[in-house]
Amino acid sequence: MSDEKTWKEIPWGGLILDAGNAAEYHTGDWRTERPVHIMDNCKHCMYCWICCPDSAIIVEDKKMVGVDFNYCKGCGICENVCPFNAIKMVIEGQEGD
Amino acid sequence: MVRSMALTGNFAAAYSTKQINPHVVAAYPITPQTTMMEKFSEYVANGEVDTELICVESEHSAMSACVGASAAGGRVITSTAANGLALMFEIVYIAASNRLPIIMCVMNRALSAPINIHGDHSDSMGCRDSGWIQIYNENAQEVYDTTIMGVRIGEHKDVRLPVMVNLDGFITSHKIEKVDVLEDDEVQKFIGEYKPVYPLLDTDNPVTYGPLDLTDYYFEHKRQQVEAMKKALPVVKKVSKEYSNFTGRQYDILEPYHLDDADCAIVTMSSTAGTTKHVVDKLRAEGKKVGMLKVRLFRPFPAEDIREQLAGMKQVAVLDRSESFGAYGGPLYSEVRNAMYDVDDKPNIVDYIFGLGGRDINAVNIENIFNRLMSAPAKMPGDVNYLGVRGD
Repeated sequence: MSDEKTWKEIPWGGLILDAGNAAEYHTGDWRTERPVHIMDNCKHCMYCWICCPDSAIIVEDKKMVGVDFNYCKGCGICENVCPFNAIKMVIEGQEGD
Repeated sequence: MVRSMALTGNFAAAYSTKQINPHVVAAYPITPQTTMMEKFSEYVANGEVDTELICVESEHSAMSACVGASAAGGRVITSTAANGLALMFEIVYIAASNRLPIIMCVMNRALSAPINIHGDHSDSMGCRDSGWIQIYNENAQEVYDTTIMGVRIGEHKDVRLPVMVNLDGFITSHKIEKVDVLEDDEVQKFIGEYKPVYPLLDTDNPVTYGPLDLTDYYFEHKRQQVEAMKKALPVVKKVSKEYSNFTGRQYDILEPYHLDDADCAIVTMSSTAGTTKHVVDKLRAEGKKVGMLKVRLFRPFPAEDIREQLAGMKQVAVLDRSESFGAYGGPLYSEVRNAMYDVDDKPNIVDYIFGLGGRDINAVNIENIFNRLMSAPAKMPGDVNYLGVRGD
């Protein structure tokens, strides 16, 4: 909260003066459930990557390697669409920490 | 050499709009506003303006189109009345909150129900907290001049707020009066070239209008609007003075009339000020110390200036052309009485709600109010009266 600005320091009317700034907004703050990647089941079909609304699936060398928790808001779409049960949603702070 | 025209209030608004030559006008017809837009569409059809006239399907769309055009970077004018203003209410707030200096002429008319097409201030008073600058005009001349001044006021860099130019429905909107007008190039010289701020059409500098603004920043944006309104007050004074020098017609936020040595005064707005001046003249000729204070600028409310004008006065009656149901008095009364609270030698202040639905107010009505003030005791509690209604 400490970096929040006063009314004297921000553009009027709620205008956003920079384009393409969605990356600056960490939707991961919203998360209450977290996807856990079960590597043994994963076929790297990229369906979770296609469906993730926050581009939070991390892909390296054509392989799904994890989730960017700065942006994953825990919606569970990846678990829902995965054909191989390779993603399981868990409650934050309860399992798999 | 001053050029004069015989114009109704609506034609005066249309003529000044023609001379302003805005980029976009979007409007929907509603009595008693219709003839302004009929006249303006003639100017468009005759090629006398460069304006893109958008004939929309409702007032909600009219103000939405104005918001879009203004955000795009255009100089924008519209007009409406009564239920039309009520229908655009949602977007009226958005225009102010997005800091878009749109000009809107409002031919003040009673709100339904029952349906009534005649003049009162219930429509614009419903928008008094919307963040628009509101100026109330006595006659067609003021309507013409205020529309032109409004452009400079709203577009001022310290302000950037929309401006509502109010005139009494039918009484001012349809009455033909002599109006002194400027030449087109003089109007253009006064308003200057429009310099848009953060225009959407500037694709080299893309901006986002109207994003989500939750608990973390919404309050800060409202605080900015408060500041813009505060800064609007000296800007209205400055532009009025500049325009007065430019035209020789005197304008300010208030118009005191025989107030200096008056013991009793009426505070009112719009066309009723004209009738009140007539009564003040009559009573002054009889040696009675009465005066009037006409409030032109209602938002931002000039509390400090009103304190200066009314301090030391003995009795004051405020005349409100709208009811604020359930409130203690009409909107003007609440503001004036609140402004006077901290003044040591404050006058007694009473309220008269009058003229709802266009009910006539005449010189006798006003003289009766002055008579009550002149015979009132030194200490008179505030009260709210209903003038001209049958059964009190």
